[in-house]
Amino acid sequence: MSKVNAILQGTLNWVDERFPLTSNWKAHLSEYYAPKNFNFWYFFGSLAMLVLVIQIVTGIFLTMHFKPDASLNASGVPVAFASVEYIMRDVSWGWLIRYMHSTGASAFFVVVYLHMFRGLLYGSYRKPRELIWLFGIGIFLCLMGEAFFGYLLPWGQMSFWGAQVIVNLFSAIPVIGPDLSIWLRGDYVVGDATLNRFFAFHVIAMPLVLLGLVGAHIIALHEVGSNNPDGVEIKKKKDANGIPLDGIPFHPYYTVKDIVGVVVFLFVFSIIVFFMPEGGGYFLEYNNFDPADPLKTPPHIAPVWYFTPYYSLLRAVTYPLLGIDAKFWGVVAMGAGTLIFAFLPWLDRSPVKSIRYRGPITKWLLSIWIVGFIPGAPVAQLLSVYYFLFFLTMPIWSSLDRCKPEPDRVTMK
Amino acid sequence: MKKFLTAILFAPILAFAAGATLHLDPAPDKATDMAALQNGAKIFVNYCLNCHSASYMRYNRLKDIGLSDAQIKDNLLFTADKVGEPMRIAMQRADAKVWFGAPPPDLTVIARARASEFGSGADWLYTYLRSFYRDESRPTGWNNAIFENVGMPHVLWELQGDQVMGPDHKLTLVKPGKMKPQEFDAAIGDLVGFLKYMGEPVGEFRKQLGVIVLIFLAVIFVFAYALKREYWKDVH
Repeated sequence: MSKVNAILQGTLNWVDERFPLTSNWKAHLSEYYAPKNFNFWYFFGSLAMLVLVIQIVTGIFLTMHFKPDASLNASGVPVAFASVEYIMRDVSWGWLIRYMHSTGASAFFVVVYLHMFRGLLYGSYRKPRELIWLFGIGIFLCLMGEAFFGYLLPWGQMSFWGAQVIVNLFSAIPVIGPDLSIWLRGDYVVGDATLNRFFAFHVIAMPLVLLGLVGAHIIALHEVGSNNPDGVEIKKKKDANGIPLDGIPFHPYYTVKDIVGVVVFLFVFSIIVFFMPEGGGYFLEYNNFDPADPLKTPPHIAPVWYFTPYYSLLRAVTYPLLGIDAKFWGVVAMGAGTLIFAFLPWLDRSPVKSIRYRGPITKWLLSIWIVGFIPGAPVAQLLSVYYFLFFLTMPIWSSLDRCKPEPDRVTMK
Repeated sequence: MKKFLTAILFAPILAFAAGATLHLDPAPDKATDMAALQNGAKIFVNYCLNCHSASYMRYNRLKDIGLSDAQIKDNLLFTADKVGEPMRIAMQRADAKVWFGAPPPDLTVIARARASEFGSGADWLYTYLRSFYRDESRPTGWNNAIFENVGMPHVLWELQGDQVMGPDHKLTLVKPGKMKPQEFDAAIGDLVGFLKYMGEPVGEFRKQLGVIVLIFLAVIFVFAYALKREYWKDVH
């Protein structure tokens, strides 16, 4: 046995002299000290990584059988649409791979939205974590692009008309708009050229950028250390060895804890994949089982659920301004509504980070802000205005709020 | 605060409550009734698969519903030579467009495409196929109560007979067909059951496998949680 150990140790030394394996293992896992008081909300970072892996692995296998081809086959069905049904029927376990990928898309947004909301609750974007937050915003934007490009690929009615509507939005930009939208589509209507370039973006361009940003997000996180539900810095109180008193090594403590989170997540994920893959029309929209038909506009073109908040910002703008079409200002509102998150680290002037120690003003304003995300919430236009006011007036109300004193050390609630 | 949050949670439900509704008759569940699915396949191949294709569905997939290759070959193989071929049709789409105004859609996944907030795709098809009525103003002489000015004539009129629509929008049978109304409803139930099966042949297996996967994950959870407890017992 000791001989085996010696060989293993020798191999490790050989590698360590050539590649920082042990030092990286320590820096990012076994000697990366995370606050010991992580709660429920802290599962979603590792779950987002899990979903990313699910999407990449299932995506690779889907790519082997999917055909990005809008031409009609012998039965008059677009080849792309038929190839998805081929995966569902004739490819061994293709149905499972496809449902995991389609459910994974929605799951990705669920975990990322919850992960972002956690940041909002506990002020995780505040100094010194501004760059982690900005990389995260980059990931979020990439994810939206990835989802949008991917949604065209099955070439159903909703794929086609959704892409048509979104690309048409760019035509509202003054002067360059119409030419820009043709350039994006590669055609006068969404067609084969669009399908092929969206496929390229979906399987190569976006995943590459996404992986790079995820790497940067984690490197930045491990540089400054994790925030926690109390929003106090654990690095301020260290023991004689320089280890934070309230810190525990990520491995094994959070690896074993995250495994529990992964199993619970997979349980919920499997309920959807195996018992309700269409998600009641939210995860796979019903009329996307009709192949794309450029001559038949569906009566309702609705985006998939994860885009609805931005879609309602878009639709809330109904009047022209400065002689430019209302559609253009809708696009501006939608873009600004997404990008405004990037300014949070500098908009928030509260003396404390965590919602636990913030006052009633924050709690009320944040609650009303969440209402805007409920699909079908009434007074959408008013809520859209509120959405922006919430951010823009944050420097004022966040500094006015009656905060409670932060504790010195983290609490185990 | 709590009251306010409760109020906002219910607001969207009220918002959804308003709006047009489409009343659909619930389709009977035939998912595990092999005899019904086989009868549905028979009706489908004899009445539908001449204008409509089911081009993602291979004939030999019908082994799922208890048929053998020989049975498929002897009884159902009208539009292909080999049981491994998909359910294609001979009619050209360009011709179909001239004859019907629009080419009849492929029916493989129709039961999934017709689902809506008003009911499942099977419910829609079950209602639709029983809602044809005489309308001399239409080129085919037929119209449909839930699909206004439909291009398809009532292909099953021999079986159902003639319905007319009264001023109260109710359909009444004025000329009986070969089947009694109950028999016709049962036949349509079988046909719709088959269409639902064809929309996702793996559907039943998917649910069976799902139960096993969930049990497996529940067992893993016990071990994962015990492991977490063991490691965390010294963290206070």
